[in-house]
Amino acid sequence: MNYSMIRYTLGWLLLFEAAFFALPLVCSLIYSDGALLAFFFSMLICAALGSLMIIKKPKKTGFYAKEGFVIVSLSWIFLSIFGAMPFMFSGVTSSYIDALFETASGFTTTGASIFTEVEWLPKSILLWRSFTHWVGGMGVLVFIMAFLPLSGGHNMHIMRAESPGPEVSKLVPKVRNTAIILYGIYFAITVIQFVALLISGMNVFDSINTTFSTAGTGGFGVKNDSLASASSAQQIIVTVFMLIFSVNFNSYYLVLKCKFKDAFNTEVRVFIGIVIAAIAIITFNVFSARDYFQDIGEAIRHVAFTVASIISTTGFTTTNFDIWPSLSRTIIVLLMFVGACAGSTGGGIKCSRIVILIKGMFRELRTIIHPRQVKKITIDSRPVEHEVLRSVNAYIVTFITVFIFSLLIISFDNHDLITSFTSVAATINNVGPGLGEAYSNFTAFSPLSKIVFIFDMLAGRLELFPMLILFSPLTYKKS
Amino acid sequence: MKIIIVGCGRVGEALAEQLNEEGDDIVVVDQNAAKVRDVATKYDLLGIIGNGATHSVQEEAGIGSADLLIAVTGSDELNLLCCIMAKKAAGCQVIARVKSPEYAQDISYLKSELGLAMVINPEYMAAKEIARVLHFPAAMKIDTFGRGRIELIKFRLPEGSPIAGLSVRDAMIKLKANVLICTVERGDEAYIPKGDFVFAERDVISIIAAPRAAIEFFEKINYKNEAAKNVIIIGATAMTHYLCDELVHSGVKVKLIDNDELLCNEFAMKYDDVTVICGEPTDEDLLSEEGISGADAFVSLATIDEENIMLSLYAKQQGVKKTVTKINRTEYTDVIKQLDLDSVIHPRNITADLIARYVRATKNTEGSNMETLYNIIKGKIEASEFVVGESSLIVGKPLSDLEFKENVLIAAILRAGQLVIPRGNVVIQPGDSVVIVTGELGIHDISDILKR
Repeated sequence: MNYSMIRYTLGWLLLFEAAFFALPLVCSLIYSDGALLAFFFSMLICAALGSLMIIKKPKKTGFYAKEGFVIVSLSWIFLSIFGAMPFMFSGVTSSYIDALFETASGFTTTGASIFTEVEWLPKSILLWRSFTHWVGGMGVLVFIMAFLPLSGGHNMHIMRAESPGPEVSKLVPKVRNTAIILYGIYFAITVIQFVALLISGMNVFDSINTTFSTAGTGGFGVKNDSLASASSAQQIIVTVFMLIFSVNFNSYYLVLKCKFKDAFNTEVRVFIGIVIAAIAIITFNVFSARDYFQDIGEAIRHVAFTVASIISTTGFTTTNFDIWPSLSRTIIVLLMFVGACAGSTGGGIKCSRIVILIKGMFRELRTIIHPRQVKKITIDSRPVEHEVLRSVNAYIVTFITVFIFSLLIISFDNHDLITSFTSVAATINNVGPGLGEAYSNFTAFSPLSKIVFIFDMLAGRLELFPMLILFSPLTYKKS
Repeated sequence: MKIIIVGCGRVGEALAEQLNEEGDDIVVVDQNAAKVRDVATKYDLLGIIGNGATHSVQEEAGIGSADLLIAVTGSDELNLLCCIMAKKAAGCQVIARVKSPEYAQDISYLKSELGLAMVINPEYMAAKEIARVLHFPAAMKIDTFGRGRIELIKFRLPEGSPIAGLSVRDAMIKLKANVLICTVERGDEAYIPKGDFVFAERDVISIIAAPRAAIEFFEKINYKNEAAKNVIIIGATAMTHYLCDELVHSGVKVKLIDNDELLCNEFAMKYDDVTVICGEPTDEDLLSEEGISGADAFVSLATIDEENIMLSLYAKQQGVKKTVTKINRTEYTDVIKQLDLDSVIHPRNITADLIARYVRATKNTEGSNMETLYNIIKGKIEASEFVVGESSLIVGKPLSDLEFKENVLIAAILRAGQLVIPRGNVVIQPGDSVVIVTGELGIHDISDILKR
């Protein structure tokens, strides 16, 4: 293990976090909401500690996949631990576990909250919550890599560990330039949404926060009712952008390069297909029950918003879907697991994995009928490498294992099965709201459960293996 | 610069490493998925899996926006096809590796008819280098500048040498030799020595000198240096062809040992003056029967590196004064360095230097043109030769008035074919060839050595 390289990278991470605090700090200055010192001290601590850690440059800058995974998981833990400081210092919560939960939920773009009322929180705290979504959405280390030439060829190990999806592809030869392009696209779409919301009549502060939350597919709102009181135009804008942010960002690069056919690939088509099918079924189901919505237009608007919010793993709400009929609620829970596309800011298992799994399943059926048939799985007429297939299968098995153990521990709290099950699903898939008691916030759970949720959120965002590698004793054995 | 490298073999990987260090955007293409993935991850490149000669794969690699395509697969025909396709598709610059002796005579025809920027033949280049050190056995390695008018000679200071323990300044005064000490390697360290640097036994020293001055220098330090007159070569490969051409031409007696009957027949047919022995080269009896201890030099060019190393060590032990060992892989260089192997030839490094020189020369625009580039010590010190243009910043001022960066040495100036020793009062003129030695890598214009 190259420990000094890990220390050095984490040092830079803290310096960046100190820089991130600048945004809410300025916000606090503008609104003079009393959280100024909280951010100032948080910034100071991060900057001091970070500078200490980077004083000594590591002699050996090379590292391998193992270090890449450990750096990524430790980075996210550090981010959450230090990002929780403003919540404590400003006094909005007295429990450190709660503060940590809120920050982890922010960075992992989950959007599950421990606050029952958000409207009385200081504005800068609200902005910090949304900003963590934006930073976490695209990946913090990818962001750092875009600015800082850390260590050349080894960056790929970090990108692979942090980026969601079964396969990480570079757009241009250098990882660093790829990171710059991805962040460029991310930034551009964020600005477009911000302007769109401003035009629709939302005030500047709410627009910034809503845009950050949508871009990272997070879901922290600035209103107690999330987006229920927003105008229908604003709800439609957010619906569209939630879907935009859950498409693989490589597709946007291909669109910019005028390669439309490559951009509109299988995963995107499957994603759009699932969204349309889910909207159709739920609208039919909800509208046939009569008493939920007045007219079909309103029904479609709310259902589309909810479907987009869940499949993109954002977690905004405009209407209480917890009271919808059973079929609709089941579909919503299933959508949580499907999740967005690989290479987007969304969470979940990811559409590309689902496609690979289903194709693998059909191939298995064929091999039973024709045991000697040679057949490769292809996606977009490219063969899927055996390693990819293996890692997807391993991912699902690991996912289920982590899920089951989390569910077991959560069950100590003695909530009903729907609450326990959906709360784990909502955190590990980085969605945010579950059903039952986990619908609007997570205050009902014990500190132990919250720690499990924090682990699940981080593991879900980093796609399990980095967190498992970090806690596996094998990683630290000398040889 | 955007460069596509087709072929991820040893040469391809060495190229990717070298060019990537110089900050170019590299795309590697190979049919071996595992190899592509390895190289792409190791050096942070884009990897494409597929046949690089097909148009669709070239499109995917972004041939439209590429500046240069280098085809270095193991097959000459595939390399040439790659280049033709790329030339037709995009008109970018193309470089092909052609190693077969059959095509070697057609190189200039291929270049002009197919519009290739460069044809590289690592085997031929390596054979040339071997021939040079066989002619001048005191040297571990000889590189040339200015079409052979200046030589860069690397040698190991023998135990009991008269200049061991002297400083560079004292040694030069004592020897009155017209040579310039460029670099000294001691263990893992590499230096560009100043006047007060003290030589030690077993230092590896590089000097720059005109060929005649170099011979005088070695005479003065009592270094035996007679051209090898009879040479044993192990392994009948493409490189052996080129080496036999060179050696037979200069009248050296050559004995070739290989265990492949077909290849032996082929060589026996082609070279009347070469004694071809068909037998197992690792057989000690065979080697002593063929008079290994009486040979002036022993060259092992077999395909397996380990075999070459063992054979050369055995030859040394049997009393052969000069051994040359071909090593393809670049792993374990630190171990190999500690062995007593005399000259070690890395064909892939020769190729990488050559192409890096081409790439840098096409990049620079500031009034000088890079002619030659050698890595004296891989990844630490390089030597390069520039033809200086009129607009260059270095022209028209005495050297003592110019402010050079640390770790830079003006090693030689060639003016109208004559070597000018670079002293403080010398003024560089347009059209001069200037050889510089730097510890700063990636220089592609001569003005890069000035402080700004």
